[in-house]
Amino acid sequence: MMILSGDPPRSRVLTLVLVLIILALAATPFLFPGAKALNVAANICVFAALVASYDLLLGYTGSVSFAHTMFYGIGSYAIAIALYGMGPNWAAVATGIVVGLPLAALLALAIGLFSLRVAAIFFAMITLAVASAFQVLASQLSWLTGGEDGRSFQLPELLRPGTVLISKNLFGYEINGRILTFYLVFAVSALMILALLRVVNSPFGRVLQAIRENRFRAEALGFRTVFHLTYANCLAALVAASAGILNALWLRYAGPDTSLSFSIMLDILLMVVIGGMGTIYGAIIGATIFILAQNYLQSLMGVASKAASEAGLPLLPGLLHPDRWLLWLGLLFIASVYFFPTGVVGRLRNGGSDKSAGASH
Amino acid sequence: MMDLLRLSGVHTHIGRYHILQGIDLTVAQGQTTMLLGRNGAGKTTTLRTIMGLWQASKGEISLAGERIESRATPDIARLGVGYVPESMAVFSDLTVKENLVLAARDGPLDDSQLDWIFGFFPALRRFWLSRAGSLSGGQKQMLSIARAIVEPRKLLLIDEPTKGLAPAIVMALIECLKEIKRKGATILLVEQNFFAARELGDNVLVMDNGTIVHRGEMVALAADVPLQERLLGLSLEAHQ
Repeated sequence: MMILSGDPPRSRVLTLVLVLIILALAATPFLFPGAKALNVAANICVFAALVASYDLLLGYTGSVSFAHTMFYGIGSYAIAIALYGMGPNWAAVATGIVVGLPLAALLALAIGLFSLRVAAIFFAMITLAVASAFQVLASQLSWLTGGEDGRSFQLPELLRPGTVLISKNLFGYEINGRILTFYLVFAVSALMILALLRVVNSPFGRVLQAIRENRFRAEALGFRTVFHLTYANCLAALVAASAGILNALWLRYAGPDTSLSFSIMLDILLMVVIGGMGTIYGAIIGATIFILAQNYLQSLMGVASKAASEAGLPLLPGLLHPDRWLLWLGLLFIASVYFFPTGVVGRLRNGGSDKSAGASH
Repeated sequence: MMDLLRLSGVHTHIGRYHILQGIDLTVAQGQTTMLLGRNGAGKTTTLRTIMGLWQASKGEISLAGERIESRATPDIARLGVGYVPESMAVFSDLTVKENLVLAARDGPLDDSQLDWIFGFFPALRRFWLSRAGSLSGGQKQMLSIARAIVEPRKLLLIDEPTKGLAPAIVMALIECLKEIKRKGATILLVEQNFFAARELGDNVLVMDNGTIVHRGEMVALAADVPLQERLLGLSLEAHQ
């Protein structure tokens, strides 16, 4: 309970699902051999942390930011530029972290102080403008960022796939630098999510919830809401930049498509909504559902289409053709929002709780 | 008796509407001052302007001699002004406990003060860990008042605490406010329920069209039916 900051999943089904996801992620290198499964698992870890940090903003303060991928990109580019420029060593990793994280926090501070004192829509517009400008900047400064091609780099020796840490003969599995990198991504993502859980369950988190519900009422209690919102914005930016660092380390690459594009922002929004806003746990569920669907829905539909065709069913083989996977992905999201308006976590939690503690008295 | 709160020539504009049109009022230390008037007279705007939720466009507001009209709302609250807005203003997603902890600005809750509050509002102890949103209307109003008194405040601004409540709960609320008064609190209370107003008020201010049209002792207004009819359009007797 301590590790979850006194905020357990509060639903048996949810607990079971979360435990299964975490165990499956932790055992991916051994349970699901192959590069794709490991890639998907690492992606889930990175996005779970990234989405949780966005949940701190959207779910706990009600602020809609479009600059979250910018902070994610700052982390990615900082580590990529450092490793590209300084070579594959730990000093470069440290430099990337020391430059990337404060830069993200400073930008978040500037955006927050400038725009969070006025209407929420203004904050959303400012973040959209700043993120667009940053995307153009990253593309234009090709001498630094590699432009549209991005930056590929090598990792320090310990994290390289060729580095064998434990040979296959010992346990039947080979532990190499790639697996070590995966566990680095897994552990840091888990720590960040636990830290965010701690933040939202602290007195500071309660003030954020109060601000989300009624900002003026929170001010009338003596809370300087601009500072609270700006602090939350900085924290979210720090976690997003850290997720960006992990993503770049995993991909050994940072580029506009993998770390700055607006499609990532849309993915984050969908994951928050599907998982359940204002829960943090929703980030894990949302990221898992979304990334699994993104990676496996197409092949699953291929199998289903083939089976329908062999069974001689009319219409179905065409409808389930793998080329239509985006249509089904869209339908899946519409269905999930329709059936789980408070997200999967909200639905599972409300299913078992008494909603009317005092109303009937 | 020393004036704790003083408003001099206060004007407030909301958009293009000129709501407060030169308010002059004082609230004496340790007294309960009732702010009465018809709907739309500017009572709530007066409280919100004192609290800094709407900026006064002209005039002076001072609390214990300190000018506050240009201060931000959190600073005014930190000077010791507790505000109970109308419409059962609680934080629905937080528990009863979290609502009160928040009001104490994360300082420790005073157990004896809590026991005192629970004495009036036992429901708050019963639903201590329930979400405030799941409370009934009366319980929400109790929580809203408890939030304002969980810490000692120099001045309490309370906006229509009895609005929409069942008579039994109104009585409990009046008893609680009387007890708060006895403890020496200074209160500026907006109230439409004249029975409650007569029970609680030491002084009375009557507003109309954004100005104060009458000031005096509550006892005098309560005894003067023609004056009540002239100022408020109805009499206290009609509400008993």
